[in-house]
Amino acid sequence: MKINKRGIAGTLESSDVMVVINPHDSQEIKLIVQSKVEKQFGSSIRKTVKDTLTKCGVLSAVVDVRDQGALDCVIRARVEAAVYRASDEKTVKFGDLS
Amino acid sequence: MRLRRSMMFIPGANAGMLSNSYIYKPDSVMFDLEDSVSLTEKDSARFLVFNTLKENLYGDIETVVRINGVETPFWEDDLDMAVRAGVQIVRLPKTETVEEVKELEQRIAKIEKDCGRTIGDTKIMAAIESACGVVNSVAIAKSTPRMVAIALAGFDYLVDMQTSRSSGSEPELFYARAAVLHAARAAKIDAFDVAYGNVNDEEGFLREVEIAKNLGYNGKSLIHPRQIELLHKAYAPAQKDVDHARKVVAAAEDAEKKGLGVISLDGKMIDPPVVHEAQRVLLLAEHS
Amino acid sequence: MAYNKKAAEDYAAKNNIPAFKGVFANSPQLEDITTKQKRKLKPSLEDVIKSSGLKNGGTISFHHAFREGDKVVLQVVKKLAEMGFKDLTIAPSSLLNCHDGLLEFIKSGVIAKIFTSGLRGELGEAISKGIMNTPVQIHSHGGRVHLIQTGEISIDVAFLGVASSDEFGNANGSHGELSCGSLGYAKVDAAYARYVAVLTQDIVEFPNYPASLSQDQVDAVVQVDEVGDPSLISVGAARLTKNPRDLLLARIAASVIENSGYFKAGFSLQTGSGGAATATTIFLGEKMIEKNIKASFALGGVTGSIVDLLKKGMIEAIADVQSFDVDAAQSLRDNPAHTEISANEYANPSSKGAYVDRIDTVLLSALEVDTDFNVNVLTGSDGVLRGASGGHCDVAAAANLTVIVTPLLRARMPCIVDCVNTVVTPGKTVDVVVTDHGIAVNPNNVDLKKRLVDARLPVTTIEELQKKAILLAGKPDPIQYTDKVVAVVRYRDGSVMDIVRQVAS
Repeated sequence: MKINKRGIAGTLESSDVMVVINPHDSQEIKLIVQSKVEKQFGSSIRKTVKDTLTKCGVLSAVVDVRDQGALDCVIRARVEAAVYRASDEKTVKFGDLS
Repeated sequence: MRLRRSMMFIPGANAGMLSNSYIYKPDSVMFDLEDSVSLTEKDSARFLVFNTLKENLYGDIETVVRINGVETPFWEDDLDMAVRAGVQIVRLPKTETVEEVKELEQRIAKIEKDCGRTIGDTKIMAAIESACGVVNSVAIAKSTPRMVAIALAGFDYLVDMQTSRSSGSEPELFYARAAVLHAARAAKIDAFDVAYGNVNDEEGFLREVEIAKNLGYNGKSLIHPRQIELLHKAYAPAQKDVDHARKVVAAAEDAEKKGLGVISLDGKMIDPPVVHEAQRVLLLAEHS
Repeated sequence: MAYNKKAAEDYAAKNNIPAFKGVFANSPQLEDITTKQKRKLKPSLEDVIKSSGLKNGGTISFHHAFREGDKVVLQVVKKLAEMGFKDLTIAPSSLLNCHDGLLEFIKSGVIAKIFTSGLRGELGEAISKGIMNTPVQIHSHGGRVHLIQTGEISIDVAFLGVASSDEFGNANGSHGELSCGSLGYAKVDAAYARYVAVLTQDIVEFPNYPASLSQDQVDAVVQVDEVGDPSLISVGAARLTKNPRDLLLARIAASVIENSGYFKAGFSLQTGSGGAATATTIFLGEKMIEKNIKASFALGGVTGSIVDLLKKGMIEAIADVQSFDVDAAQSLRDNPAHTEISANEYANPSSKGAYVDRIDTVLLSALEVDTDFNVNVLTGSDGVLRGASGGHCDVAAAANLTVIVTPLLRARMPCIVDCVNTVVTPGKTVDVVVTDHGIAVNPNNVDLKKRLVDARLPVTTIEELQKKAILLAGKPDPIQYTDKVVAVVRYRDGSVMDIVRQVAS
């Protein structure tokens, strides 16, 4: 999926995560993660974000993640929502996200 | 037999509540995409509910998704998400006619087929929220084998009836409560009473639970976790009823073992509905 | 025989006893009739410090009854810095978020060593990052008294903020505008410090009763603008929390106590502060009223919810080492069944009798509990100092039934772990852990487990809870530490329970 504009999803409440996706000028994912559980779950959060982007077919984007201790399923949901908001895709293909 | 005493609402856009509300152990949980979700978060709530359902956080708790009404531009996407995520029940708000249910049913069947779910696996619960809905409730309750329960929703209904909530015996809900419950029983499905809005008023909540329970409602829609235990406690059967139910069930098992066509207890004959009721009492006792 | 001055002097000299040298020779303070009653009253904090004889490298102490509202510690340390003091040891009974300002005085060398029950906020973070050369000594409330009595904490000057004092030093925390309730911790400092200074906004007519700190212990009295903000003491008011998870935990905890075998007439309890603890007190109170079971006494850290049960006649007496809110402070002032006790009476294992020894059931919180039931109330899951030892290990060791309440996860962080970052309370002294995903009973308490299972409470094992936490959150990476020790956890008997290392950056 192509990232055409800024897409934001999530909040800064506890157990949530805010994901901001912007277009990137090169064919790569630039990922910035800030988390209150960085020391314990930093690598796990990065993996979850990257896997979700891959599943959505995002190859180029700047992704800024502010995590407040969200579970993996919440991280996935917020990345997916931000991706769709940043793309021109109107219909969500939930079948592809399974 | 499944207990449906408590159906707890969880706002579909609230990540924190979706992440941990199973700890309150309601019988059913209802992820809401409708009233509690603002127009700008309809899309993100879908992703949250989808991933929560896929994660199977809620285990044995029955899962319900309340989609947006069929008059909105959201309901088809809501439904697509919910059925693909494997939700057990879709709750249709503001149900007024059988046609709406039929449309919903066809759409569900199409998605089930597309994603490989068994056709008929996804159940439906109709929420009755208007005079028209109450009047049509018998037909709605009987409209499809997918229909497992109907729920009365008080807020919109009372607006439609040009009245508002009173305290005490609540005459404004008399007819709707009786009508919706009769529709459910005639269709042999379950019925949920209205939600009680003032979470700090335990007394008022319990008074309403008493009304619903005595009428024969299976349970209530709940908007706060602390109402769950209160409700379950109120639905707990008395010890003498449990003792009697044990005897009835034992007599039934005894009769079956001996191959008798007739069940008797203390010299009296027992009908199958009485045995069924006794089993329900024991189930309630076990879970209260 | 007539009075013979010479004979008395000779006898004194021969037997090495001082001879009489005049009425005021050894009590010059009585000589001047105009100053003898006002001699302790100092015009300023600076004068107090000067007359105390404090030297560089000396030890000063404080109490923490004003909790987050304390205004004495920073006021005094700032003054000491102005006066050029260096290398001081500070020994407050605890430190809270309001004491972050101490950081600059650690950096500038005014403070070189700390004894405290707790460390939080920026101060805790900076110390975890290794800002101090000497490790902080973390003690329990009972253990502090033990360290004072053994001389390891040797207080040169105690600066004690009080609600009111007369000019002779009769002082209390309960009468006066800036009231903090019990002075349980300060009583120990007043008894053991070489020089005791009382700071107050309110100097009242002599004699000031009750005298929680008594004139025979106090060297100096000084009026200051503020000793604390009572509105910031409250850490768990009597009203019921609205947090549904705290309510769930509280309901289960109250049921655990109800079915523990200790819930009978004349039992004693301590429940502490915080949302779940306060709610548990309220739910337990409902059960006490319903079954007409009265408690002989409640101990602690006292909150309004305990006071409420005293008023209803469901608790016979309260022993109060620290008042956690306005209701508790008022009750201590007005209700004779509500008594102030010192930290020595409260929890010191080497005192001749501590109230904790007589506690049946106690409810305590935790940051982490491990599968050996060890409890951490000091360091966060990231290894940073952000808590307090408090009376946790004291009352856990002495109580008949110790109940720990904690959610299984805080956001994503597991609170039931295979090994805690820091042990404050050893698992042997913990009987049961209540979480929102079930209850785990210490395997050494077989009877209790049976009782709770029979009561149909959701009993599981600590290992199952730990597995469940990992299942939900994922497995956390271990925290990386350097070799530098930043804090030492002292058990209540003074022994070293654990050490806290610097968190690697």
